[in-house]
Amino acid sequence: MPADRTPVIAGIGLSDYPKAPDLDGVQHHVLAMQRALADCGVKKSDIDGYVGAGGSGVMIDDPVTMAEYLRIDHRYIDSTMTGGSSFEFHVQHAAAAIKDGICDTVLITYGSDQLSRMGRTLGTGGFHRTGQRVGGPIQYEAPYGNSLVGAYAMVAQRHMHEFGTTSEQLAEIAVGVREFAGLNPNAMYRDPITVDDVVSSRLIADPLHKLDCCVISDGGGAIIMTTAERARDLAKPPAYVLGAAGAQTHWNISQMPDYTQSAAAICGPIAFDRARLAPGDVDTIQFYDSFTVSVLMLLEGLGFCGKGEGGSFVADGHLRRGGDLPMNTDGGGLSSCHPGMRGIFLLIESVRQLRGDAGTAQVPDARIALACGSGGWLSCIGAVILGKEHP
Amino acid sequence: MTDTAEWERPIPALDGVSKTYWEAGARGELLFQQCPACGNRQLYPRAMCTACGETPEWVRASGRGTVHTFTVIRQNYGRPFRDELPYVVAIVELEEGPRLMTNVTGIAVEDVRIGLPVQVYFELAAEGVGVPFFHPA
Repeated sequence: MPADRTPVIAGIGLSDYPKAPDLDGVQHHVLAMQRALADCGVKKSDIDGYVGAGGSGVMIDDPVTMAEYLRIDHRYIDSTMTGGSSFEFHVQHAAAAIKDGICDTVLITYGSDQLSRMGRTLGTGGFHRTGQRVGGPIQYEAPYGNSLVGAYAMVAQRHMHEFGTTSEQLAEIAVGVREFAGLNPNAMYRDPITVDDVVSSRLIADPLHKLDCCVISDGGGAIIMTTAERARDLAKPPAYVLGAAGAQTHWNISQMPDYTQSAAAICGPIAFDRARLAPGDVDTIQFYDSFTVSVLMLLEGLGFCGKGEGGSFVADGHLRRGGDLPMNTDGGGLSSCHPGMRGIFLLIESVRQLRGDAGTAQVPDARIALACGSGGWLSCIGAVILGKEHP
Repeated sequence: MTDTAEWERPIPALDGVSKTYWEAGARGELLFQQCPACGNRQLYPRAMCTACGETPEWVRASGRGTVHTFTVIRQNYGRPFRDELPYVVAIVELEEGPRLMTNVTGIAVEDVRIGLPVQVYFELAAEGVGVPFFHPA
């Protein structure tokens, strides 16, 4: 009988967050890797594939440098960099490589000391110096002083215009995620908030308020993927990769073809088709909540509600603790941890849920989890559907 | 058109395609591209048509358009923008179809709406680099 090469996530590890002033970006990678190895019992020497996106900021942590630093003698490497969604793309690619026999055991790492080293200005300017010459497509945007928040704000503005979505509806997303953050002792912000708290916090880029925006933190994560066959001998039950897909509609925000539709509408149906599942089969979602509106766009794109219906959908409480689709059970980027690229944490929290290891935030009988990352300016969307049982 | 000495924002670096666009701006002309093969119209300008891959041609725009979406930037740590808060960043849809990012000026930020008719004007960022801005038509 041939070996069962069904791809799984076997090990997960988090470094320290939300603030770890004694760790640099590379140390976040390393600590997360050490914890992922300890989590599942894989030896470092067993790893024959390495994947990373780099991007920690100050440190040099591009994937070939990291493969050398970690001394991974790989026969598979992937340096896909799609922004915060990179890790969802990584899992898609690594799953194919494992299934195809290119490699057996893949390590994915991420680390960033963004808060400790760079402070909290990210997202609101300072991309370019005064009078700096800017080339490439961003030359058509740089003269106008847009911010990262402003890009998402223009999406929210258009969604409100077309569908009557309100700031109060968007605020429901932040309120629900904060409730879960209250259950996570490590979360950056844990005190409950109300819709009124969100809409009365100061505007950063209309119509997005401060509490519509994610935190800025330190943090790192690691994932070990292997075959279902290999996972039988490991310490923790595997999370099976049932379906994964990614797609891109643009990179820079001025090129977004439709400001109320993301590439989730492309990759979502592909991922569900591969998993032979539908949105109604999903027990918990871990979505990239860079901003409240990001969640709305992913919900609609993936088909959890109709286009334009995201506002009323979130206001109905589906995503809350006790709802039928609990989201961001670790406190999300909005309240817990966002070191710059959050995608890996979505996968790690999905695995914790499927293992039943999520403590007080555990979704009862979670069998199917969906991690969906958004990279850039709602540009590159990656969806990964994970299952507790062998497909 | 302002004097370049007043320009403190990032300055577009001219490349093989963008040179034509920014130099037209310095003459007060807004250009977009149209594909002679398939008719597709596009901005930002590229060396090929995004629809079919053919080489596009330049067309002068009327300079009229509407606000497709926008935001009011109220926090920006970068100079010189931090001294100009709050200001409007918008995506303007030209009456010919293509869209571009810009600032909408000459109107209170509270009064900007999606659908607002706007008209282009230019500021000189450097010699041969005219950057399009918009004000209410």
